[in-house]
Amino acid sequence: MNLLNIFQAVPMPYYLILSALLFSTGVLGVLLRRNAIIMFMSIELMLNSVNLLLVAFSTYHNDPGGQVFVFFIMAVAAAEVAVGLAILVTIYRNLQSVDIDELKSLKW
Amino acid sequence: MNSIVLLLLLPLSGFLLNGLFGRRLPESVSGWLSSVLVLGSFGLSLGLFIPFLNESAKPLSVQLFDWIAFADIKIGFGFYLDQLSALWLLVITGIGFLIHVYSISYMHGDEGFSRFFAYLNLFVFFMLVLVLGSNMLMTFIGWEGVGLCSYLLIGFWFSNQDYNDAAKKAFVMNRIGDLGFLLAMFYLLFNFGTLEYSELQTQIAGGATLLYGSWTIISLFVFIAATGKSAQLPLYTWLPDAMAGPTPVSALIHAATMVTAGIYLLVRTHFLFDLSPLTLQIVAWTGASTALFAALIGVWQNDIKKVLAYSTVSQLGLMFLALGCGAYTTAVFHVITHAFFKACLFLGSGSVIHALHGEQDIRNMGGLKKKMPVTHMTFLISSLAIAGIPPLSGFFSKDEILAGVFEHSVVLWSIASLASLLTAFYMFRLVFLTFYGEFRGTEEQKHHLHESPSLITLPLIVLAILASVGGAMGLPEFIGTHWLKHFLAPVTGAPAHAHHAALQTELMLIGAAVALGVTGIFLAWSQFKPGAKIPGSDDSLSGFPRLANRKFMVDELYSATIVNPLLLIARQAYTFVDRLLIDGLVEFSGKATGLGAQYLRKLQTGYIGFYLLVMVVCIALTFLFFFMV
Repeated sequence: MNLLNIFQAVPMPYYLILSALLFSTGVLGVLLRRNAIIMFMSIELMLNSVNLLLVAFSTYHNDPGGQVFVFFIMAVAAAEVAVGLAILVTIYRNLQSVDIDELKSLKW
Repeated sequence: MNSIVLLLLLPLSGFLLNGLFGRRLPESVSGWLSSVLVLGSFGLSLGLFIPFLNESAKPLSVQLFDWIAFADIKIGFGFYLDQLSALWLLVITGIGFLIHVYSISYMHGDEGFSRFFAYLNLFVFFMLVLVLGSNMLMTFIGWEGVGLCSYLLIGFWFSNQDYNDAAKKAFVMNRIGDLGFLLAMFYLLFNFGTLEYSELQTQIAGGATLLYGSWTIISLFVFIAATGKSAQLPLYTWLPDAMAGPTPVSALIHAATMVTAGIYLLVRTHFLFDLSPLTLQIVAWTGASTALFAALIGVWQNDIKKVLAYSTVSQLGLMFLALGCGAYTTAVFHVITHAFFKACLFLGSGSVIHALHGEQDIRNMGGLKKKMPVTHMTFLISSLAIAGIPPLSGFFSKDEILAGVFEHSVVLWSIASLASLLTAFYMFRLVFLTFYGEFRGTEEQKHHLHESPSLITLPLIVLAILASVGGAMGLPEFIGTHWLKHFLAPVTGAPAHAHHAALQTELMLIGAAVALGVTGIFLAWSQFKPGAKIPGSDDSLSGFPRLANRKFMVDELYSATIVNPLLLIARQAYTFVDRLLIDGLVEFSGKATGLGAQYLRKLQTGYIGFYLLVMVVCIALTFLFFFMV
């Protein structure tokens, strides 16, 4: 039994449900938490739930395109993480905090 | 290259060079460059003129390109040279050159020296376009162009608001006339589909009929255009004010060339006037009344340039009187002689003003004869010429006008005679008050009093010589040949009136004209001879002289009847239409936006969490919307 069969042994809805759960967790994390780093991690979670879905579909359709795509997404996400963390560091240096409620100078 | 085009390009290049680089050029280079270019034009004009001395010479026509062509309307961009325009070319470039040379000295040290020469060159260019245009639209380009230059040069010293006002007045008054020009062109275009002079003349001579308007209407519109440019009643008021410009400008534009453009236009389109006796009557009466009216004002003016300005208006009136009597050649003759002596008079007055450091009131002059012999001599010769004393040029042309008018109507002749009597009177009033008696200016002026440099006196001498002998081109038939009449015959039609006055009548008229001139001079002498009382202040006058001194309140009349009502309407329109309606709408849209923003901006809380919530909710709603529908 090769790897493909193992993957396909799990029914498709399971992947969907897991992915939806992960995504919802991410959304809730972004909306409810005030710590910018946690929010950042939640965003990554949302991103990876989508990646999971892509891989699942690509396996079921026997189309490697989806998986290749995921690699690209991961690479770009890594770059994005670097930029995001750099911004966070700067914010911390200015405010001594990463609480997003402190970041409210951009208003009327 | 075609010499007509080159003729035009020379002054234009002078304008461009002086306009673009003039500030960096030393005065002498800038001034002489302009002058030499105009001299070049004069040379080319001579070259173009000489072939016409041969009676069989054909007019030259240069069509550069089709300018406007649609439907059955075709207007070319071209030039047309015949005897009339060749003559005018010589006057423009010849006198133009002399005045350029004069200005080099007169404008010396002025801040805007090169600007002045740039404008002068531009003026010469447009004036040449005006007389060379092969159709009415080309003439109109020049017509507007000289108007522009006139505006620029009247307001040359623009830091003085009075001068700016004078410039604007000249421009606006001319615009009124220009409307007549435009309407005449539209009528002709509608009727004939062309504005080419030669074509119009052929069609009209061929008995073309009008579909729109009538000959009287069309010719009247042309005449209205001429009254604006040539300062006739009722549009003359700009010309006396135009004296705000530097004196060479008054000499070149407001005496010798531009103001005669109206006469040129009438002679050029004489075929229209020949068909409408009524218009000719109107032209004659307008001319006669302008001549008398302006002469009356001139008698009681005390500004040396104002007197000359009213004299110009009056002389132009005489020219229109001649045109109205159908004596086109005579009018042209007087234009040329007038250009000589009036340019000389203006330049002479400039020389006086220059010597007195800007003094223009003749009551503060006097006794300049000894200090300024050349200016005095040339001024005297020109004054004798304008007074019509034989054998100077003015005598021949003025006598010809009077003789022509006498054949036409004795009433008009009396008006014209009275005007020439007054002309002699006010000119010699000017001469006696300026050059004779004791000097009445300040001690300092007296100390600095001197004859002007040779660059100023040389043009004066040349013009005085021309003013003396210029009459030779139009001798009365019983003395010699009237060269001008034969020369212009191809343009104005049959030479020599068939019904020529008897020699006796003619001699009598000449006698009368000379007697009038001498009487005028004598009257002036008896009142203003050295030692006599000088005119008092303007307020000491009463009755008719006071009215004449105030220019018959024409400006006040125009202000009360036209300017002020217009201002009132404009002010109401400003208050109600502009401020209330338009500004109201514009300000409302601005205020509405501002008010809306007052409330909407509250959404910008600055809390990232809030933004994120809104974003997620919106995305969710969007998906919901797409999946539900």
